[in-house]
Amino acid sequence: MAMIKQTYRDALRDGMSEEMRRDPEVFLMGEEVAEYQGAYKCSAGMLQEFGPKRVIDSPITELGFTGLGVGAAFMGMRPIIEYMSWSFALLSSDQIINSAAKTYYMSGGKVGCPIVFRGINGLGKMVAAQHSHDYTNMYANCPGLKVVCPVTPADAKGLIKAAVRDNAPVLVMENERLYGMEGEVPEGDDVLVEIGKAKVVKEGSDITLIGYSMSTLQCQKAAEMLMKEGVDAEVIDLRSIRPLDKQAIVKSVQKTNRAVVVEEGYSFAGIASEIMAVISEEAFDALDAPVARLSLKDIPIPYADHMEQASMVQAEDIVEKVLAICKV
Amino acid sequence: MAVKSAAKKNISLVKSLHNHFTQDDLLQQYETMMTLRRFQEKVGSLYQQGYMGGFCHLYIGQEAVVTGAKAASKEGDDFITTYRCHAHAAISGISMEEILGELMGRSTGISKGKGGSMHMFDPEKHFWGGHGIVGGNVPLATGMAFAAKYREEDRVTLCFFGDGAADSGAMFESFNMAALWKLPVLYIIENNHFSMGTAKERHAAGEFYKRGEPFGIPGQKVDGMDFFAVYEAVSEACEHIRAGKGPILLEMDTYRYKGHSMSDPAKYRKREDVDTIKKQRDPIQRLSQVLAEEYKVKEDVFKEVDKKAKQRVAEAVEVALDAPKADMAELYTDIIQENKEGE
Repeated sequence: MAMIKQTYRDALRDGMSEEMRRDPEVFLMGEEVAEYQGAYKCSAGMLQEFGPKRVIDSPITELGFTGLGVGAAFMGMRPIIEYMSWSFALLSSDQIINSAAKTYYMSGGKVGCPIVFRGINGLGKMVAAQHSHDYTNMYANCPGLKVVCPVTPADAKGLIKAAVRDNAPVLVMENERLYGMEGEVPEGDDVLVEIGKAKVVKEGSDITLIGYSMSTLQCQKAAEMLMKEGVDAEVIDLRSIRPLDKQAIVKSVQKTNRAVVVEEGYSFAGIASEIMAVISEEAFDALDAPVARLSLKDIPIPYADHMEQASMVQAEDIVEKVLAICKV
Repeated sequence: MAVKSAAKKNISLVKSLHNHFTQDDLLQQYETMMTLRRFQEKVGSLYQQGYMGGFCHLYIGQEAVVTGAKAASKEGDDFITTYRCHAHAAISGISMEEILGELMGRSTGISKGKGGSMHMFDPEKHFWGGHGIVGGNVPLATGMAFAAKYREEDRVTLCFFGDGAADSGAMFESFNMAALWKLPVLYIIENNHFSMGTAKERHAAGEFYKRGEPFGIPGQKVDGMDFFAVYEAVSEACEHIRAGKGPILLEMDTYRYKGHSMSDPAKYRKREDVDTIKKQRDPIQRLSQVLAEEYKVKEDVFKEVDKKAKQRVAEAVEVALDAPKADMAELYTDIIQENKEGE
């Protein structure tokens, strides 16, 4: 397959644009998506290509324009709703959870909602507590939604395309720090990444490191450092939180007999606790050590750089945790 | 006094609407309203007898709003409303059997027993719910209208909500976008004077029909207890909207005779207040008065219509009661809409 090198933000843009060329019922709406070319330049050139009918600047009223998108999706359109941040999207959570997620069930399957909600999630850089929060667990908790967290440009493109074509509401959790990262992206209009499939990004035999979004990168970095310590770690990028690829997790843990889960968000009732429950329920007998987790520190995220860094999970933290487990 | 002058206006109005309404047409509207009334009364008594649970919001007293709006809208226009949705569902063509089936948790329920009193839908009949969060359906309606405009379809979305929802930010955010983008949506505030148990005077500043003014949305206060006034206002509004001139806001001055829901004894108002409204403004009484005075319809005709309505409701109850409980096989269906092969 022919590959091109591009940034995460360009891969997202190409994914959205390809789907808009393919299906006239797809439109992009959100804060600064049109004239400004995207608050983070993820829709650069899209207004020029598709015009103001299909690339629409919204007022900064998340509840209103999210509900508008959901109403259009009820009618069978396929809106892509962009948020400048998932932190702002809290105002729209009523429409995401009460309308988008539940109407298909409440209507006995009569009213579907094929919509994509996307934007930056988790920690940025020195933007303080109200702009630094991982909401993945909150939405993944809700039946009726799909939640994906692409970390590579290839997955960003493949998953946004799959999300647009999916008949269910799909939330795409991106990260500001990923937008400028480059990677190899397969060419072709129909290269999708299946929602609900994790990926083994590094094979290993001693321990399984499980991450999603930015935390996958920390796991990869830690795995390299661990090689020097003589520990061969396997790294799994979940890619999709709901549906969760339980099989991939269980299969890996059955091979390595140990696991550390690294999450973007807070530990309490978080993603890691869910993964640990899955391992406990389905691979308990395979475990040689208790499953461990590393999460964001349990504090509102501070502004100052060194304080912010200290609140995040670093690769060194993972290495330390793994060495403690493997020496047991 | 205001009520009296409104009634007078209606008598003159009906003359101007003679072209629209033959005696048969009007009697049909009367029958619709009477059936909705008897249906809602029956639902209330079945609820009290324990045939259903949860929340149940009745529409008794407000029948002219939905009946007039339906008569004034065109085939293919879309209706969406709040949790007080039984009448809107019925007038859209969902059968009383399907509504009762839903209320009683039967397999014949319009939502297979998974939605209940507040969540009924039928896109084929252009009825889009049935939404439980106050103000939540207003952005949805705005999006439905967005889709209609995007697809260049000649359809108007009629969005019904109460005076409580008219305080919500969701409504103002919707007004802004609908006006900005000239969307084909008609916002209908059913002002029944209570936001649950809080009287209008205690929950809302200013006038509801003026709430679109800052956005340039024309607003009008309408006697929502008068079929003709509703019909005229909705007809004119839809004409404006179909011409591509953007949204309209109508405040229907109406009244609910029962509590907010079945669990509400309505102690926040005097019984005499309700009795006065029933005596002076009841929408069914007023339509029968016009039929009697203007069309010379005899008393026994009204009695016959009422008898027919009760009978129709009784038949629906029987069918609903005969239906099996909602199918447990549906418990885990309709959670995620799967893609079909090749999609």
